[in-house]
Amino acid sequence: MSTLALPAARGFSPAQYAVCLGGIVWREGLRFLHQRERFVSALVRPLVWLFIFAVGFRQVLGVSIIPPYDTYVLYEVYIAPGLMAMIQLFNGMQSSLSMVYDREMGNMRILLVSPLPRWYLLSSKLVAGTAVSLLQVYAFLVIAWFWEIEPPPLGYLTVLPALILTGLMLGALGMLISSAVRQLENFAGVMNFVIFPMFFASSALYPLWRVREGSPLLYYVCELNPFTHAVELIRFALYLQINWMSLAVVCGCTLVFMIGAIMAYDPSRGFLARRGEAGGGG
Amino acid sequence: MHGMNGQGTSQADIPALAVDGVSHRYGPRQALADVSFAIAPGRFAVLLGLNGAGKSTLFSLVTRLYGTQQGRIRIFGHDASRTPGEALRVLGVVFQARTLDLDLSVIQNLTYHAALHGIGRREAQARAQDVLARIALLDRAKEKVRSLSGGQMRRVEIARALLHRPRLLILDEPTVGLDVRSRADILEHVRQLVTEQGVCVLWATHLIDEVAETDDVIVLHHGRILAHAPAPRLIADTGATDIRGAFARLTRIDQPDGASAAA
Repeated sequence: MSTLALPAARGFSPAQYAVCLGGIVWREGLRFLHQRERFVSALVRPLVWLFIFAVGFRQVLGVSIIPPYDTYVLYEVYIAPGLMAMIQLFNGMQSSLSMVYDREMGNMRILLVSPLPRWYLLSSKLVAGTAVSLLQVYAFLVIAWFWEIEPPPLGYLTVLPALILTGLMLGALGMLISSAVRQLENFAGVMNFVIFPMFFASSALYPLWRVREGSPLLYYVCELNPFTHAVELIRFALYLQINWMSLAVVCGCTLVFMIGAIMAYDPSRGFLARRGEAGGGG
Repeated sequence: MHGMNGQGTSQADIPALAVDGVSHRYGPRQALADVSFAIAPGRFAVLLGLNGAGKSTLFSLVTRLYGTQQGRIRIFGHDASRTPGEALRVLGVVFQARTLDLDLSVIQNLTYHAALHGIGRREAQARAQDVLARIALLDRAKEKVRSLSGGQMRRVEIARALLHRPRLLILDEPTVGLDVRSRADILEHVRQLVTEQGVCVLWATHLIDEVAETDDVIVLHHGRILAHAPAPRLIADTGATDIRGAFARLTRIDQPDGASAAA
């Protein structure tokens, strides 16, 4: 391109990138504060499992001593990490739901006409969603503490990097799905086909050795489910340990989902355009 | 390819918007067919076309929501596909659909937009005060957007599109759904931007009465450009008495063609 008298490309400074990220996180936070029902339902959902389901199942399911626990634990204690991951799963799907909504309402367009690179905008959106999920998880942990779910104090700190990773993974998955969903109505179906299978076919509610006794096939499905590894990563980190296998799976999946989402939102690949006149009008 | 209008390549000759041979299809449906035109800086250009003519598709291509399948789009010389960042930073957009966040305040909407352009909070606040004062909405800066009227929201959207000081402002059917008074206000406001600040404007509409005598008119019909000329010349060339007559003549001539293109 012979850009004779064209204005030179100026690019963007690191400070400008930071301002952009800050703005996206700030808006996501504001939206979250404004939608109080969202915060309440994000808390009530896992608490219902904890207060009701876990109590009922305590007698049915015996949990043996398995890592990372070094004693017998109550069923409530066992499912707490699974519920933390569930919060993030819902949040990831919900912020992608907001992307579908945003796209319908046009807010997404404002994000995408930013001159900063699109991969950066989507990553920032992902970081913002993860930050919100951290707030929810820690609020849950506070309430759970009164319910005698008391991991080692240092665990609250060591679980943070794990939660960041799992938040990013589940957010990226949601973003990937949102690119394929054209309208909100279709999204309800996706929730059923993504959230429930992922949650139930995982180690969130029952240890996998128990699943294996029941159905070896389901056991392998659970092992292949990235959500299982999100749960295990959180579970181990909460008890000051690292599950290397889960760490690798979560990192790998985050990368794959993210690249997929960026490709899906890349205009030159035209997934958005191919699905037609999403912007409406003529 | 360069120097659209012949020889020179000085800044002044670079079109604000240059669309070269752009075609776009949605599956089998051709939305734009070999669309080419260029708008000189500082002009008020009207993209005139009925609903379904391809205006919104063209907007989606200029704003990089969709990738350009065929042809080139340049904004002040910046190729929208190759250097999208540079192209988008000199472009301000007002979409047909409402794109304000209703639950946030006016000022929050503006600072969010500024952040997306890498403009820090303090600078954003100053600029926001400035643009809001100009549209006489400074006193409502802290109110939620939800509480504004349709016309006020539009004005805020235009103010927002100007925050990063673009040199080209494009608006897609900006007056749709507004009452006569708001329509006139907004049109006048945007015309002022052209005369007072030298911003170049591409105004897409199907409302013929929004065309003024001083405007450049681009007639888009069934995805094709039928004419591009200053309003008086368009009227003279078609032998009509006014813009409405010129548009009617142009689009009627095309009808058999357009029908076959759509099939």
